[in-house]
Amino acid sequence: MSATMKTPIYLDYNATCPIRPSVVEAVTAAMHVVGNPSSVHSAGRNARSAVEQARAKVAALVNARPRDVMFCSGGTEAANAVLKGAQATCLIISATEHECVQAAADASDLPVYRAPVGESGVIVIAELEKLLMQAPKGALVSVMAANNETGTIQPISQIAELAQKYGAFLHSDAVQAAGKIPVDIEALGLSYLTLSSHKIGGPQGVGAVVLSPTAPLKPQIVGGGQELGRRSGTENVAGIVGFGEAAIEALAGMEDMDRLADLRDRLEAKIRAHAPEAVIFGADADRLANTCCVAIPGLKGETQVMHFDLAGICVSSGSACSSGKVKVSHVLTGMGYSPETASSSVRVSLGYQTSETEVDAFFEAWKMLYDRKSGQGNSVG
Amino acid sequence: MTANQGRVTVLVKTPIYLDYQATTPMDDRVLAAMMPYLTTIYGNPHSSTHAFGWQAEAALDIAREQVAAVIGAEPQEIVFTSGATETNNMVIKGVMSAWGKKKPKLVTVATEHKCVLEAAMFCRQQGYELEILPVSSDGLLDLNRLREAIDERTALVSVMAVNNEIGVIQSLAEIGKLVREKDAFFHTDAAQAFGKIPLDVEGMNIDFMSISGHKAYGPKGVGALYKNSKRQTTLMPLFSGGGQEAGLRSGTQAPALVAGLGSAAAIAEAELTMEAGRISGLMSKLKTSIFSALPNLVMNGSITERWQGNLNLCFPGIDGDLLLANIRDLAVSSGAACASAVSGPSYVLEAIGRSEVDAKSSLRIGIGRFTTADEIDYVAESLIAVVASLGGLKP
Repeated sequence: MSATMKTPIYLDYNATCPIRPSVVEAVTAAMHVVGNPSSVHSAGRNARSAVEQARAKVAALVNARPRDVMFCSGGTEAANAVLKGAQATCLIISATEHECVQAAADASDLPVYRAPVGESGVIVIAELEKLLMQAPKGALVSVMAANNETGTIQPISQIAELAQKYGAFLHSDAVQAAGKIPVDIEALGLSYLTLSSHKIGGPQGVGAVVLSPTAPLKPQIVGGGQELGRRSGTENVAGIVGFGEAAIEALAGMEDMDRLADLRDRLEAKIRAHAPEAVIFGADADRLANTCCVAIPGLKGETQVMHFDLAGICVSSGSACSSGKVKVSHVLTGMGYSPETASSSVRVSLGYQTSETEVDAFFEAWKMLYDRKSGQGNSVG
Repeated sequence: MTANQGRVTVLVKTPIYLDYQATTPMDDRVLAAMMPYLTTIYGNPHSSTHAFGWQAEAALDIAREQVAAVIGAEPQEIVFTSGATETNNMVIKGVMSAWGKKKPKLVTVATEHKCVLEAAMFCRQQGYELEILPVSSDGLLDLNRLREAIDERTALVSVMAVNNEIGVIQSLAEIGKLVREKDAFFHTDAAQAFGKIPLDVEGMNIDFMSISGHKAYGPKGVGALYKNSKRQTTLMPLFSGGGQEAGLRSGTQAPALVAGLGSAAAIAEAELTMEAGRISGLMSKLKTSIFSALPNLVMNGSITERWQGNLNLCFPGIDGDLLLANIRDLAVSSGAACASAVSGPSYVLEAIGRSEVDAKSSLRIGIGRFTTADEIDYVAESLIAVVASLGGLKP
């Protein structure tokens, strides 16, 4: 190990949250649990008990009954399970939903309507109501609790009241919100919410659908009838155990959000002071404390990200799933920004290991990039 | 009180795990291969903008090569999933919805895993034609029946490689040849076969294969699909989203799980012949001991065409539940794990013509990589003693 090799600064928590040490311990221990949870012998019963304990922990994160937690392979499967399995008459989704919700809706054979968002990324309630008024009874509304790119928080309780008024079910993709803001399935009035383990410090490859006690769900994967018949396949025991541990830690870690909000707000204040034309997306809305999505107009997001990578800082442009392909963020254009502005943004997302020094280092690197760009800008005139 | 309490026997740690068809213990080498991705390399493999993402992505590439090598496939023909149940659902529903308009018929076998049969039933509810073929009393598919069942309207034929309950190996090469001649697609659920018996997608004319991690000493929660790239094997994905895995399977891949599957595959490939030989030796030792003491025991499934890590036995005249209750130190099962909670006779045993009584008198014993010769001795002694204490077998 070279002493001169610097550990990169990881500011991409919304793409994946570094697994927590206690989770690694729990997962490693669970890997040694031999049985199949469906087997009735002692090895199987041990595996079953590990799964059920984790189910109670995940349920506690969102104030649900353990039996209403259905484990699956991740947030994408969870969203697909709800959108395709809720047996809705039509789908109404917000314009800034995660790709998996958009794609699952389009693949569902149901009519899909998109509710617009305003400039800060918050859904336009009046437009949503118009769509609900026209929709047949039994529609499924899908609005994410907090956005992965901008951190914008949606008024879920208000949306739930509307949905109820028009006899619609409400699903909220709470993948980014869980562990960052309180998510209570009952208090929010949700029929479904979906979670991903690796976004809250658990292992990748596991997620959950949480249902209200009366919400219908037709299984998408059939077979041995695991997960109360809602999702067949041998349970990912170690992954589920890790998810449970992460849920406990995430719940406790909410106290850390004030610290992250301070770090984020100070970063944004410095950015604004230095560069008045920088665009901070969703700044006027309720936002997750850890997320800052900022554009330097005229400088491509990919160029910025490369610059940060050379400086040893991991951030992303757009959401990770679409990072492989260079495409304009539908979230930012959905908020009314031009494709040029949208594609000149980077997303910085902080988390439990982030220190003040790291955020300062990001700002210094950002400033250097900005100054170089504006220098070039001046010389062109 | 167990029946063999107080007997002098070899010292082994109990309970002895004998349920390798339900799930295999994870190999420590697999866990070692996974650890870096659980600790330091925690990137999202789809984050293409920084080193954490690249390292995680590299894990997927390596594993793809490792899995492909076991079955003679190309790395790009491997799609990672959450397990064999997902893969089986994906192939059966996905092929039928992509091809069903032109070719509405699906052919499968009565002894398939529950998830294949359930997915097939789902297709029938969707309006597709389903033919479920019977098997002979040895559990093997009659190729003439298969030939008659496949016609020009048949899109997919799904036949499992190794049966999870009775361990019989279907003649994949002959089935593959037949299916290819009729221009249908051949899918095999190889959850129990992958890494245990030689599989060659080219030589066996396999178009789709389902692979499971935890049945091959890898982690639970990961599996794979092999999809023949030389044929037009279009299928509708189960999940939509970020378009990962060439658009076939959206969702953030789990590098640790995938690296575990890759490592399990690499170990299996290197040790397959040696391990099969060792397991076969242990199994014949077990069979010799128990059959000489209990000549009325009946084996379920073909005696020759079988994976030697499986033994499904009928104890005529003894109730299976009572038997199980008296051998608490042996972790065996009365059938498929998924059906464990549901009592009622096994549909697989029913399909090979066992009566309900005989099916209820049957046990599945699964051995594998970590089974020792001492354990085999203990198991044989236990079974013989318990049968005696329960009044012996009926002729």
